[in-house]
Amino acid sequence: MNPLLDIKDLKVAYGGIHAVKGIDLNINKGELVALIGANGAGKSTTLKTLVGMVKPAGGEILFDGKPTARLAPYDYVGKGLVLVPEGRGIFGRLTVEENLQMGAYVRNDKADIANDIDRVFSLFPRLKERRSQLAGTLSGGEQQMVAIGRAMMSRPKLLLLDEPSMGLAPIIVQKIFEIIRMIAAEGVTMLLVEQNAKLALQTADRGYVMESGRITLADSAANLLANEKIQQAYLGE
Amino acid sequence: MDIFLQQLINGLVVGSIYALIALGYTMVYGIMQLINFAHGEIVMIGAMVTITCINLLIGAGVNLPGPLLLLAGLLMAIPVSMLLGYTIERVAYRPLRRAPRLAPLITAIGVSIVLQQAAMLIWGRNYRPFPQILPTTVHDFFGAAITDLQIAIVILSLVLMGGLFWLIERTKLGRAMRATAQNPDVAGLMGVNINTVISMTFIIGSSLGAVAGVMVAANYDQAHAYMGFMIGLKAFTAAVLGGIGNIGGAVVGGLLLGIIESLGSGYLGDLTGGFLGSHYKDIFAFVVLIGVLVFRPSGLLGERVAERA
Repeated sequence: MNPLLDIKDLKVAYGGIHAVKGIDLNINKGELVALIGANGAGKSTTLKTLVGMVKPAGGEILFDGKPTARLAPYDYVGKGLVLVPEGRGIFGRLTVEENLQMGAYVRNDKADIANDIDRVFSLFPRLKERRSQLAGTLSGGEQQMVAIGRAMMSRPKLLLLDEPSMGLAPIIVQKIFEIIRMIAAEGVTMLLVEQNAKLALQTADRGYVMESGRITLADSAANLLANEKIQQAYLGE
Repeated sequence: MDIFLQQLINGLVVGSIYALIALGYTMVYGIMQLINFAHGEIVMIGAMVTITCINLLIGAGVNLPGPLLLLAGLLMAIPVSMLLGYTIERVAYRPLRRAPRLAPLITAIGVSIVLQQAAMLIWGRNYRPFPQILPTTVHDFFGAAITDLQIAIVILSLVLMGGLFWLIERTKLGRAMRATAQNPDVAGLMGVNINTVISMTFIIGSSLGAVAGVMVAANYDQAHAYMGFMIGLKAFTAAVLGGIGNIGGAVVGGLLLGIIESLGSGYLGDLTGGFLGSHYKDIFAFVVLIGVLVFRPSGLLGERVAERA
């Protein structure tokens, strides 16, 4: 079977700086894959390229067997590719519920959208209590829930998460990762970019390690966790 | 007492017009942080097209009641203004989307001048009288005079503003507009075509501007190629007074500015012992503008809700 996402020799450059220098990465349907690495390794750039926010300088991205290069930025979500951006990117002056409705912007099935909003609320009871509150008034953890819930509203085939733990208290981070596992258990395929490498690898099925724009290691998450070099470089052990 | 009430009524009428125009400024600013200085010219062209259209109909011997002729003129002016607003964004602002903010601002002033001059070539440099087609019945309102036209201006403005609020707060397009105003990149991720949303913003703002232009022309019985400049500046002041980018603020700012200006000019002669007459009324808008910029640059309703925790 073909992988859901197949990245071949992807290169990305911003104004002369080569952020991604030819990487190969693939994700099968139903997998949770972690992409770990230091700050500035090119992880976020890779994710942004996958949803068309940044144009690749070379290589190929196949999603569901089809190249994505010609899509407009607003076409990706309709194909099933959605990003939970770094820093959450919620609409602060829209209510929680309106944020979720924005996630379903490309869908037109009103009844199903209402069902999915209820499903998100059952996943995040906190958000249900705050459904008509402006999202900008929520705590960081709640905003991350809005961002994840909003992405779920598009019924993604592949959910991309960029640093979901960033700026959150450890106890909230645990909660967010619990939710990520729950979503994975529902069969949603995910690519998780994280600086908290330990938590990411404990959650993921497989992992890729990225260093200055290149993939230096790819293995099962368990093997990466056991790898001595990884332990020294990323797990602080 | 009746002078006060009279000036209040006049202020409310003029203020509703300012508010309609201010909405066009504030919507565009909210979504792309651009002051569309050409918006005043859209207002002017709305007025000019309506006058021309009514005169053509009358010249062709169409015998309709005045309000219907006016409606026909409006139905011509609105699409023309929409198309013009759309084209201005497409041609002049879109190529500068990623440019430093000064570039589109200067372009906006340039577009404004081009439209003024084009209007002068088409309609001439003289005042164009508004055709005498509307009933001039004057009603007595607790000692103050109010005309059918003034009542119609206030009611139509309220209906249009109500419609706009409904569009922005209750529809999918409105939600996409608000989302785009807050974070265009993420709105794009959610599948919003930002170019479409921006075009719609210009189209909606321009149609409100066209209606306002007709109101100005009908209210003052005339229009001319340069009218957009002053009315545009005043509506811009109203938008800043309310808090630019804030829809409710544009309405509050417009009404308030109309009332301040009207009351101010009504009493200016008395206050200065006859030294300054009511023809100095334009002073007030700019005193207000300077006052707001000095004491409350974010405007009356311009407080921002925290966007990031």
